[in-house]
Amino acid sequence: MLQKIYDWIDERIDITPIWRDIADHEVPEHVNPAHHFSAFVYCFGGLTFFVVVIQILSGMFLTMYYVPDIENAWRSVYYLQTEVAHGQIVRGMHHWGASVVIVMLLLHTLRVFFQGAYKKPRELNWIVGVLLFFTILGLGFTGYLLPWDNKAYFATEVGLNIAQDVPIIGDEIKTLLSGDEEIVGAQTLARFFAIHVFFLPAGLFALLGVHFILIRRQGISGPL
Amino acid sequence: MSEGKQPVSRRQFLNYTLTGVGGFMAAGLMVSPLRMAIDPVLQESSAAGDFTNVKLAVEDITDEPQRVDWEIEQVDGWYESKVGKSAWVYKDENGDIVALSPICKHLGCVVSWEGSDDHPDKFYCPCHDGLYYKDGMNVPGTPPTAGLDIYEHKVENGMLFLGKAQPREEA
Repeated sequence: MLQKIYDWIDERIDITPIWRDIADHEVPEHVNPAHHFSAFVYCFGGLTFFVVVIQILSGMFLTMYYVPDIENAWRSVYYLQTEVAHGQIVRGMHHWGASVVIVMLLLHTLRVFFQGAYKKPRELNWIVGVLLFFTILGLGFTGYLLPWDNKAYFATEVGLNIAQDVPIIGDEIKTLLSGDEEIVGAQTLARFFAIHVFFLPAGLFALLGVHFILIRRQGISGPL
Repeated sequence: MSEGKQPVSRRQFLNYTLTGVGGFMAAGLMVSPLRMAIDPVLQESSAAGDFTNVKLAVEDITDEPQRVDWEIEQVDGWYESKVGKSAWVYKDENGDIVALSPICKHLGCVVSWEGSDDHPDKFYCPCHDGLYYKDGMNVPGTPPTAGLDIYEHKVENGMLFLGKAQPREEA
């Protein structure tokens, strides 16, 4: 039955080359932990992506309950955490996943760095990776404010004060992020929500696309 | 068509025109969203010049710093709320009124005058033992890196009005 559906579609729009191109490619021996156990270091990039997918999925479901408003944000988080079936688990996935992403990302970066895999011709992909790193740090920073509890508020105060110390345009950067010159409040929460849920994920998807296209084009770097 | 110049082909002309028009439309589309996003940066600072009566008569101000608390109406976009403010107020040796912000310049805790028995005649911050002299300047060797902010003040009908706390000029 499934085969028939597949054939029916394939006959008309020839999808086999498309998925072959994406999914059907050889994993070199030096990258395969089944051959050399030490090759597990090559898994960290994929693990980072895996956790990113978990973050996207759990985040999508969290926005079914979360409200980015200073009167209700904390209450909506409290409600989904205590009253909604499995809400604690979904928020837990998003909460812990946020830290795990950064750990995996750092391990991936260290592997690429110490193997020298960033060298010619892969410099561009290293740069894209660094941009991904900043994007994910930005996601962590903006997401931290959203529960709107004391820890969130004061962490954001600290982060904004760091941004303010940028030479010359520091004050403008801070105001642009927080939506007000002095207050960390209603406008800050709305902005951080927008940045966390729309702007940074859009950048993340674009950069991930480039990251993966480049690695497929250039292949994994050779054995040491 | 002048000598030595490549004539623009029909294809090139269409390419340029379409790219130009498309670019113009794309740019036009983004003007309003971007202007909206940077609006807070371009807003004029409104708080300066707003003075609040802190319900303290000038004749009651002594040369001993006293704490005054008052409330201001804070407008945060669409959200209005009352926010508490505090200051330490005294008259210096010339009889001029001094109103100091109690926010420690180290990490933002709240300082108080003679807040510690071990440090008379100083502002004391309980978080990391930060100290300030009576004029609000930080005591060297303690955590704060600058003097306490100074409130703008004015006197009307014998009552003290306080405005915004301003950082000191870097010495």
